[in-house]
Amino acid sequence: MKHHVSTTINGDAAEFLCEPGALLLDVLRDVLGLIGTKEGCGSGDCGACSILLDGRLVCACLVLAAEAEGARIETVEGLARDGELHPLQRRFLEDAALQCGVCTPGFLVAAKALLDRNPDPTEEEARYWLAGNLCRCTGYDKIVRAVLEAAAEMRGEVR
Amino acid sequence: MSDGAEGARKFRWVGTRPVRPDGVDKVTGRARYGADLALPGMLWGRVLRSPHAHARILAIDASRALAMEGVKAVVSAEDLPEIRSEQAFVGEGPTDFRDLSHNVMARGKVLYHGHAVAAVAATSAELAERALAGIDVEYEVLPAVLDLDAALAPDAPLLHEDLVTKGVNPPPQRASNVAERVEMGHGDVEAGLARADVVVEREFTTRPVHQGYIEPHAALAEIGEDGRATIWCSSQGHFMVRAYTAKLLGMELSSIRVIPAEIGGGFGGKTTVYLEPVATLLARKSGRPVKMVMSREEVFRATGPTSGTRIRVKMGCTRDGRLTGADAHLEYEAGAFPGSPVTAGAMTIFAPYDVADVRIVGLDVVLNTPKVAAYRAPGAPMAAFAAESAVDELARRIDLDPIEFRLRNAAREGVQAPYGPRFKRIGHVETLEAARAHPHYRAPLLPNQGRGVASGFWFNAGLQSSADVHINEDGSVVVTSGNPDIGGSRASLAILAAEELGIDYARVSPIVADTSQVAYSDLTGGSRVTFATGMAVVEAARSVVRQLRERAAAIWEVDLDDVEWRDGAARLRAGAGREPLGLAELAARAARTGGPLAGHASLTARGVGAAFGTHICDVEVDPETGSVRVVRYTAVQDAGRAIHPSYVEGQMQGGVAQGIGWALNEEYLFDADGVMQNPGFLDYRMPVASDLPMIDAVIVEVPNPGHPYGVRGVGEVPIVPPIPAVANAIHDATGVRMRELPMSPPRVLEALEREG
Amino acid sequence: MARVLLSGALRRHAGGRAELAIEARTYRELLAALEARFPGIASLIEGRTSLAIDGEIIADPLLETIPPRSEIHFVPRVAGG
Repeated sequence: MKHHVSTTINGDAAEFLCEPGALLLDVLRDVLGLIGTKEGCGSGDCGACSILLDGRLVCACLVLAAEAEGARIETVEGLARDGELHPLQRRFLEDAALQCGVCTPGFLVAAKALLDRNPDPTEEEARYWLAGNLCRCTGYDKIVRAVLEAAAEMRGEVR
Repeated sequence: MSDGAEGARKFRWVGTRPVRPDGVDKVTGRARYGADLALPGMLWGRVLRSPHAHARILAIDASRALAMEGVKAVVSAEDLPEIRSEQAFVGEGPTDFRDLSHNVMARGKVLYHGHAVAAVAATSAELAERALAGIDVEYEVLPAVLDLDAALAPDAPLLHEDLVTKGVNPPPQRASNVAERVEMGHGDVEAGLARADVVVEREFTTRPVHQGYIEPHAALAEIGEDGRATIWCSSQGHFMVRAYTAKLLGMELSSIRVIPAEIGGGFGGKTTVYLEPVATLLARKSGRPVKMVMSREEVFRATGPTSGTRIRVKMGCTRDGRLTGADAHLEYEAGAFPGSPVTAGAMTIFAPYDVADVRIVGLDVVLNTPKVAAYRAPGAPMAAFAAESAVDELARRIDLDPIEFRLRNAAREGVQAPYGPRFKRIGHVETLEAARAHPHYRAPLLPNQGRGVASGFWFNAGLQSSADVHINEDGSVVVTSGNPDIGGSRASLAILAAEELGIDYARVSPIVADTSQVAYSDLTGGSRVTFATGMAVVEAARSVVRQLRERAAAIWEVDLDDVEWRDGAARLRAGAGREPLGLAELAARAARTGGPLAGHASLTARGVGAAFGTHICDVEVDPETGSVRVVRYTAVQDAGRAIHPSYVEGQMQGGVAQGIGWALNEEYLFDADGVMQNPGFLDYRMPVASDLPMIDAVIVEVPNPGHPYGVRGVGEVPIVPPIPAVANAIHDATGVRMRELPMSPPRVLEALEREG
Repeated sequence: MARVLLSGALRRHAGGRAELAIEARTYRELLAALEARFPGIASLIEGRTSLAIDGEIIADPLLETIPPRSEIHFVPRVAGG
């Protein structure tokens, strides 16, 4: 018996049918066509499927699709607004903080969650917050720099 | 083409850091990777995998599966043509297509836990997964061989009844698990070692480690009633995918079109095929498109890690630090089929050094573990762990600074490499000197901290590349090539085209074309794209520049020699008299002056520049837990010429991070039945952001005379020094020499307790 | 006249000789001359090794010319990652 789920994704109302055991990650990607959120491991260890659920950073592979009922979901597709990139997206590009780019959506969502809570993180705080997101290409150096610079920009500081 | 001379002048784009052209798509989630594609009517494919490390397949009965809901097709090796053992060099490195076929789908025997035995296509992923239980396979379980000693034992169970060791003369009478013996060197190593004042002889062991790309393998295949197939997949080479799929399925190359998706990491692990032929086979049998995506567990159980190894080195030097002899014996685990990177390990192990008397022997050994695949400088990091640790030990014994020791013995231009040829212009000395001059080398250390240094080498590849440069009617430019962009190569190719044409970088659109849209290109790997595909782009752009000069000459009614192309416009060489004609003007007049403006180049790149790196690593060791933390890291590398420095730094930093993970934590853990115990990212522990410091990437430029811009490949060198740099730092901090990887807390603690 | 330096399996096939002087102006002539002196050696070289002429490594040397007094090595083909 399929569940009917009504939810909000990136500010827009959305609805879908799903099996009780269906994962939110699979529904986002295969039913709703939001392929920006990636599956790297399916076990919540790599963070490639990071999304915000009612403002909380979660791995979509660990959330049942039915849990989206009545919730507010934000994915990487919602970061840019009105044709403008989010400062995090812009800094990732300027600072070459991506190589293959497959972990990038997860990092952007996780970094946004960090800056929503802590607009002025230290390098150590940023590294520990982002420890749930695996990157195999960059060694994290340019990612951390991009996040700290985006934070400064969002605080109105010029670096 | 080969003069490296494009260095005397100042560049407009080369050496700058513009935003990559594919960047917006990648930060917004628009970019489509292998698993992001779908077609109407698509089926999902899943693979049935062997529960045994070694067994004969007696029978496969898929009748129950075929009767299950939603199941449209089941395939096994029966559906593949038999291939005679045949070497065919497609792309980099020899590939035995019979072994490849048997790895993609087991025939007769399963050779590792997780080996593909059959595959099913059904109307949903869940139904396909359920259907696997409906395929009945009868096995005769055989004893498994799970480590080097077991494989090398005289009465060892054999994986391949016809495997006779290559490279032994006369050939052995009996089969064994040693696929090949390689030997190289020059001089008389016994005499060389006898001349030494100090000799170090040590044995090192390393475990298999995985490339760890975040994107699992994925493919979508569709085949029409006319037998023409289209495969969408992420890979390091779609021409390779086409060639391998055609070979394995017995199809004509021209009947397969491979369209490259964006790729989420490869590092060598995606230079081969696993799913693509199976998806195509299922598509053919079911008449529907078939999508297949590996789970992370499948990636670990069934795709190639790199070899576990056992390496003995013996090196000797004089009291004043001159190496007199170097001897190495390498045993590399190939996994289920021959083809470990032992040859490259043998070639690179002593390559940073000028040693007149050197001998290296290597064995390629098969085991009942997954068939190994290439991993960034394949074969070199393990070899460097051994040699660079031994060098460090020698330097300590004679109380000589480790960088000074390396300088006294450094390979330079004209020195004979251990694998034979003399080095041409190389930058090893320059990286050593830059490392020594770096403030890191003199920075104070805190208690429980230590500093290690190591050098690394990789050949880099040339191979074949093609490129087209088209001028649109408005003067904007399209650069088309056939190499998947793993790490920013679109940006580098656009930089080169913009530099050659003298136009704005933003006016260049680099496209990665599919196998039907651009001429053949060897894969993205071997640190070759900026070098070889870059060379093709330069040549194609120069062809366009010549055409532009011809058009201007025709318009002005002057000789071609009177026209030069400078700063993005055709100009009369001698004096004034004509307004310069820019790209936009000439493009607008192309139709009336001879037709569309387009340049093409297809080449086998020559003039490859080998590259070296020298790394400095500081660690802090917790004496109570054995935990090792990297607290500072500087990587110095000769890039020849950094076309886009941010992406060169990125390659360096990424390679360092992988090397650190390999050094400190990563390993395959198998139980007594050959079943991997840690096939997930929780227990296969790769570095996370909180494990690492900032990684200082210092680019040294010793231009490669063989490339128009002096480029040397950069992607692979940086993974070679980190393991010994970390090991040498641990020794500096604790006095303990680690000779087993990974140097995880239990092992370090045990070593501290043993020797402390 | 080219100086051909041999290592490993090739050297053993050539009866332990590390260095040979071979008269050849092209790669094909070189292979033929080596095969004539040491039957069976070509199968260890063709498709299995790259050619190095004075340090420059050429992966597909079929059409190569061999300059006089050049130093020749056969280098194993290796895969990158």
